[in-house]
Amino acid sequence: MHGLNRVPEVEGEMLQKDIVFEATLDHDFLDEIYALPGGHEIKKCIQCGTCSGSCPTSYVMDHAPRKMFSLIRAGFRDEVLRSNTIWLCSSCYTCAVRCPKDIKITDVMYALKRLAVTEGKAKHQKGVVLSRIFAEIVNKYGRNHETELMIRYILLAEPFRFYHFISQGWNLFVNKRLPFAPHRIKNIEQLRRILKKVDELGEI
Amino acid sequence: MADRVGVYVCHCGTNIAGKVDIDEVVRYSRGLPGVALVRDYKFMCSDPGQGLIQKDIEAGLIDRVVVASCSPLMHENTFRKVCERSGLNPYLFTMANIREQCSWVHVDMSQSTEKSKALLSGAVRRAAFLQPLEKRVVPINPRTLVIGAGIAGIQAALDLAEAGKEVVLVERQSSIGGHMSRFDKTFPTLDCAACILTPRMVQVGQHPRIRLMAYSEIEEISGFVGSFKAKIRRKASCVDPELCNGCGMCWEKCPGSRVPKKGNVHEKLSLGPTTAIYMPFMQAVPAVPIIDRDSCIYFQKGKCRICEKVCERKAINYDMEDSFEEFEVGNIILAAGFQTFDPSDMTRYMYGKLPNVMTALEFEIMNCASGSTGGKILMADGSEPKSIGIVHCVGSRDKHYHEYCSKVCCMYALKFAHLIKEKTNAEVFNFYIDMRCSGKGYEEFYDRLLGEDVRFVRGKVGEISHLSVSAGEEGKLVVRVEDTLLGTVRRIPVDMVILCTALEAPAGLKDIATMCNVSAGKDGFIIEKHPKLGPVSTATDGVFIAGACQAPKDIPDTVAQASAASSAVLSMITREKIEIEAATAEIDEEKCSGCRICNNLCPYLAIKFDEEKKVSVIYEALCKGCGTCVAACPSNAIIAKHFQNEQIYAEIEGLLTAG
Amino acid sequence: MKYTYYPGCSVLATAKHYQESIDAIVGPFGIELEELEDWNCCGATAYMSVKELMSFAISARNLALAEPFHRDLVTPCSACYTVLTKTNQYFAEYPDLRKKLGLALEAGSLSYSGNVRVRHILDIILHDVEDGKLESLVTRRLEGLKVAPYYGCQIVRPGTDFDDPDDPQCMDRMIEALGATSVDYSMKAKCCGASLMGTQENLALRLCKNLLLEAEKNGADCLITVCPLCQMNLDVYQGKVNKLFGTKFNLPVLYFTQLIGLAFGIPERKLGLQRLVVKCTEPLRKFIVGA
Repeated sequence: MHGLNRVPEVEGEMLQKDIVFEATLDHDFLDEIYALPGGHEIKKCIQCGTCSGSCPTSYVMDHAPRKMFSLIRAGFRDEVLRSNTIWLCSSCYTCAVRCPKDIKITDVMYALKRLAVTEGKAKHQKGVVLSRIFAEIVNKYGRNHETELMIRYILLAEPFRFYHFISQGWNLFVNKRLPFAPHRIKNIEQLRRILKKVDELGEI
Repeated sequence: MADRVGVYVCHCGTNIAGKVDIDEVVRYSRGLPGVALVRDYKFMCSDPGQGLIQKDIEAGLIDRVVVASCSPLMHENTFRKVCERSGLNPYLFTMANIREQCSWVHVDMSQSTEKSKALLSGAVRRAAFLQPLEKRVVPINPRTLVIGAGIAGIQAALDLAEAGKEVVLVERQSSIGGHMSRFDKTFPTLDCAACILTPRMVQVGQHPRIRLMAYSEIEEISGFVGSFKAKIRRKASCVDPELCNGCGMCWEKCPGSRVPKKGNVHEKLSLGPTTAIYMPFMQAVPAVPIIDRDSCIYFQKGKCRICEKVCERKAINYDMEDSFEEFEVGNIILAAGFQTFDPSDMTRYMYGKLPNVMTALEFEIMNCASGSTGGKILMADGSEPKSIGIVHCVGSRDKHYHEYCSKVCCMYALKFAHLIKEKTNAEVFNFYIDMRCSGKGYEEFYDRLLGEDVRFVRGKVGEISHLSVSAGEEGKLVVRVEDTLLGTVRRIPVDMVILCTALEAPAGLKDIATMCNVSAGKDGFIIEKHPKLGPVSTATDGVFIAGACQAPKDIPDTVAQASAASSAVLSMITREKIEIEAATAEIDEEKCSGCRICNNLCPYLAIKFDEEKKVSVIYEALCKGCGTCVAACPSNAIIAKHFQNEQIYAEIEGLLTAG
Repeated sequence: MKYTYYPGCSVLATAKHYQESIDAIVGPFGIELEELEDWNCCGATAYMSVKELMSFAISARNLALAEPFHRDLVTPCSACYTVLTKTNQYFAEYPDLRKKLGLALEAGSLSYSGNVRVRHILDIILHDVEDGKLESLVTRRLEGLKVAPYYGCQIVRPGTDFDDPDDPQCMDRMIEALGATSVDYSMKAKCCGASLMGTQENLALRLCKNLLLEAEKNGADCLITVCPLCQMNLDVYQGKVNKLFGTKFNLPVLYFTQLIGLAFGIPERKLGLQRLVVKCTEPLRKFIVGA
């Protein structure tokens, strides 16, 4: 990429300190976001900051929601998909409800999660592990099995800290809130046919 | 049936000639029934072009005129005037639009030519059936009704009165002055609002040609441009304005209160006395108090009557009833002003839930030197604030409330910041999305404020809370906002919050608009005739608008618009009479069955029902000839002059038999 | 009043006591909940993070199964409520999505025309039951008990029509109707961290800490919730909050249905109160039957 001004990449820095050349930006990225239901509304963002100001977790994010939209519109694909922002969204919908342009911000966060997963840019994020296991369990039984979800998650995402989760697990177990056996739906075949069709149709 | 139709085909330079074969069209026209002659010319609307028509008419060669050129919106009037000058009734003329409807929208020359021929064929056949019509002339009553006596209404009324014309000025509050009378200082010059407004208010109050009706509302308006009839309701204030001399004894002794007796400083904010009998502020015009029945002990409980006892002029009359007065006026200026957005619905800003969260208007009143705090900026408990947060864009630029920008808030927010700095040692924060300072001297005012140690944070406030999670937040109002220029989320504790609320259309504007026969748009404001070129007229002749009821604006623009409206009215008045379009609709009394279907269909409210004759009647002066009633009448009793059935059928026949 | 009931996966496991208390109290209201046969997981927030159309599709299967009953579909879980409501809204608003969902459902021999109304159980108990019924069923008024209603996020946002998104009031009123005192505090509809408790524990613990602190500061004896995840975060992880921040919270976190059950005089085990990790100490204890 780049020019005389290049400074070697600092460990852990998301943004390279360099002039941003148009050739390095990805404007097709936007089409994926626009394809979302209501996606074109992002163009109307006036960067007011209500979303970031309302978000309960924005203060720890790499880029607060407002900045994410600015980065999306400028085409900073990598920065956006590699950021921790999308995995720190708790889906509280406060931003979406207050946005003066009625942008479905939470939906965009979901879309970014999906893109990050598909493009392999979030391998280190624990949220990916949780979501993946959840989906697998639902596909398998038709219903979530919280016991299996917790055990598999801990083994995969926090194997060396499993002791950390013992007290909660024990508390739940002792109060009969952690059943052994999963609940399965009867017509799992029907669900599987539906999922197969969706696979064929391709994601939105 | 006429047999001497003159056809004139315009080249319009290459606008028409470039896409239409003029020679072919001319040749074709010669063969149309009833055509006496056909001419073509480069620019028919020019003097020589018009001269061609004039010569032919004066020579007696033709008795109908068809011009094939541009849209009637462009030159119908031009050619009608030519006919008139030459002695031919202007309604014996019709146009075929072979430019906007033909040469400008098609690319294939042969197709355009065929279409032009068809259009001409239709026009020529129609021409044969045209009837002469006479334009009606209506007189203009030189008296004007001005609705609303804020700065817009006051300016318009004074302009007209100084020009020697009579004005009826109606104001629904007990004093004129509008919102400006509640302001302390005005931006950007920091002029005292009352000082610049009150001389004009006094001038209005004393002007021999202004009939001021305060504490009054419009009850009904009928009629049309030049002769409107307005019925005005004078609300019962229980104080006789003829007898009262404004001495103030009554409110001095009144035991009733319009504010909670044990209320805090903010609950008691007021510019005038807070008693049940009161004047809104001391410089009120007219200087006559009114009784607020909800807080008056006599009206609520039947006891008291102290004001009656102390009034030396015997001006109190508890049995006063609303009275009505009627006026005849020629024009109306609607200057109903605005109201401010109520932020109670935006629960995240905690207005009404936490103390010390105020609206801009409340803060403005607190600053007035003649107000209840003597102009001091105080918290609800009476102490001085050490920090104040000013929140921009509350209810504006927001799809959930008002999409538009209210235009004046950035400027008054800066003004507030300045006033706070001037009067207190408080820290001031302005939380904004953009700084909109486009007027004369406005950007310079922003520059001044930047130099006054005001803390500007670019970010729309997410929420106000009284949660405290850090040092210095206990007992404060915490503003949670993203500082977008820094890209960080901040929690800023302040003592007081001022919400810059949106300007919106005032309550009841839709009703007055209906009475005046004008419409309000989606945003609630009155629709002007043309957004660029017609800011003070409306679609209804004789009704003009001025001030914030048309769109949010500051005082300089309001005054300018008010003078523009009065100028438009004066133009009508000096003309003394105006011509009304003759192509209106007419109801044949014999055929009308009295079904009244047409009455409610008319978009111009031009059809009334004659109770005696039991037939509907069209008021020509209001009728715009739109044809809605014509199409709806089940008895075919309504004729659209200049668009009669025979004329339309002939035109259709012409179009279909062409080529 | 009969409704089709969509329990959601959590009441089968970590929120078992929610289901128990619902079962105990609906009878007196005259509410009949008929479980939707063979319902599947709604997908909650996790599924949408991996697949979008698939997420809408599994949610839509439930709506399609419920439609023939021509009744409102009631769910006790805020996440299920939001997912199902959102599916309905998007189904109605976006024709492209509607078409694709139609094709997907067809593959499972199902179809949906968008006519199922999704309700949260709080909504039907407070608004479908006639005025005054709740008070009339109360046999032990919870006098002196100070209860902080915790609405959480997804019952009031994004698309609820029955209360304010930032300052909801319906549960506050319900608490007063039961004879208790409702605690007003600023965090009543703020996020508890939800599934971040699993992936970013310290962050979620901090959010819970602020929440519990505010409730306690304003005098709460206990909290009530409407969502299994909120209940778990505030109840099961309350000990962790104390450990990380040095606080000493001991606030029982009940489901609102458990509180109603207490006022109806229903015994402890029938309401599943023994399953709470933060046990019911005084002053709550004295209202419990069979304690």
